[in-house]
Amino acid sequence: MSTRPDAISDPTFPAARRPDAIKAIPVRHPWRWVLAVVVLAAGAAVVYTFASAPLLHWSVVGQFLFFPEILNGLLVTLELTVIAMLIGVILGVILAVMRLSVNPVVSSVSWFYIWFFRGTPVLVQIFFWFNIATILPYLHIGIPFTHLVWVGTTNNLITPFLAAILGLGLNEAAYMSEIVRAGIISVDTGQSEAAQALGMTRVLVMRRIVLPQAMRVIIPPTGNETISMLKTSSLAYIATVSELFFIQKEISNFNYDIIELAIVASIWYLAMTSVLTFGQYYVERYFARGASRQLPPTPLQRFRRLLFHFHEPPAPVGPIEPPPIYPHHVL
Amino acid sequence: MATPMVLAESVFKCYGRLEVLRGINLSVAPREVLCIVGPSGSGKSTFLRCINHLEKIDAGRLSVDGELVGYRQRGDKIYELPDREVCRKRAEIGMVFQRFNLFPHMTALENVMEAPLRVKGEPQKVVEERGRSLLARVGLGDKVDVYPNHLSGGQQQRVAIARALAMQPKLMLFDEPTSALDPELVGDVLDVMRGLAQDGMTMVVVTHEMGFAREVGDSLAFMDGGVIVESGNPREVIANPQHERTRSFLSKVL
Repeated sequence: MSTRPDAISDPTFPAARRPDAIKAIPVRHPWRWVLAVVVLAAGAAVVYTFASAPLLHWSVVGQFLFFPEILNGLLVTLELTVIAMLIGVILGVILAVMRLSVNPVVSSVSWFYIWFFRGTPVLVQIFFWFNIATILPYLHIGIPFTHLVWVGTTNNLITPFLAAILGLGLNEAAYMSEIVRAGIISVDTGQSEAAQALGMTRVLVMRRIVLPQAMRVIIPPTGNETISMLKTSSLAYIATVSELFFIQKEISNFNYDIIELAIVASIWYLAMTSVLTFGQYYVERYFARGASRQLPPTPLQRFRRLLFHFHEPPAPVGPIEPPPIYPHHVL
Repeated sequence: MATPMVLAESVFKCYGRLEVLRGINLSVAPREVLCIVGPSGSGKSTFLRCINHLEKIDAGRLSVDGELVGYRQRGDKIYELPDREVCRKRAEIGMVFQRFNLFPHMTALENVMEAPLRVKGEPQKVVEERGRSLLARVGLGDKVDVYPNHLSGGQQQRVAIARALAMQPKLMLFDEPTSALDPELVGDVLDVMRGLAQDGMTMVVVTHEMGFAREVGDSLAFMDGGVIVESGNPREVIANPQHERTRSFLSKVL
């Protein structure tokens, strides 16, 4: 056989005789080895220094890792993340569409919202909602020109949890709307033209043609935002919400094992972000369909390739373009 | 005489201060195939886009099948049509683009079925059957479940034609349908268009394919600088152009 057994070729024309594969002696790279050893040694030294710190009690870490209060805090952190991201995504899509509206009032309102909520720290925003009762002790919600009015004390309505949700969610919406807008703009105008030429209305074009294609650009930064939100949610401690960070701080206030409990919290944060990172691959793959000829390998496939096919050339890593870079919001 | 399918009277269109169309007069009868040729920038594509209101005209009158495009006349006054009405009218006109513009997140069949399902609200079964037979008609019966990315340019353009036909239009607009294709693939697309013409479809084709214009076209218009310089029977215009401008253009493309 002159061709590789797995080669795909057109049998119509006979191929020329295939010469023997090239067998060359590879170039040696001694400095790569030296550098690898230096980096590993430095890393090991840092890890050893902390792991063997004389006053660090690993047993305390183990003791509190599955402590019921900690697990409860974990749950609250997840709730905060999910609800705040939901608000962020839904409101973000609305704001993005508003921003692209032909109505100047509507697009300016969206611009102003983004300017305000992106321009103030999320910590301040949570703090604001938490203390809103100091300026608005009572809330009146009524239907104009009727006598239907609901009056309530602000403190009853805006619980610490809600204050945190409002702060995190409204802030996130400002960032998400810019991500969604970038996604919408990235879709070729020929797409909406073709859809319009078929008689589709503006809403239908957006929903069926533009947004599904924009998703490919929207998903990777949204994954980043979710991972970021998981950690940013720790700011809810300022509103006394009993999430993971608040709980570990409460415990260490008692037992003074400050670093040990910070490690417990870090382990859980790392575990959660790892799961999210893993899940992101699959969502990206789903929305990449049709966009590329070959889907990028899943993490599992990559791992297997690494183990069993070490010497093969790397798989074509995804056609998924690098996500646009957004200046990441600082706390 | 029957109502012309397309009737343009002194159609003007400008982008800012640039006048792209400067008084287009023409008429296309039902079942007629009109080919528009001319150098790039002459306004051919713009005129085509005006016919289904992807562009608004600034002056003159443009009507399709006896109804104004984008407007309604009551007495002396002209009213802009609401979006929904514009969409309804567009649904009756098929358009094929130079760059195909297939929806990349849908398979060939889904591309073809999208508009009949979502715009006309026709039943799934009817639409699917029609979609499959249209794809078979353009020679892609075996590609129904393939995404556009896996199709060659010529195949994509034939899916795009099938997608437009799925709405059962009364008029088809082609905007340089073969200009983005490898020379080898042009023939397949032109064959499909030739078949359409034989079946009696009214077509306006902006093209550089003089062979197609001569053989399939019922009439030919040569545009330059936003006006129709010369028009008539394709064979006569190509064999014996009256204007110097037409002559010099034809000498370059033939």
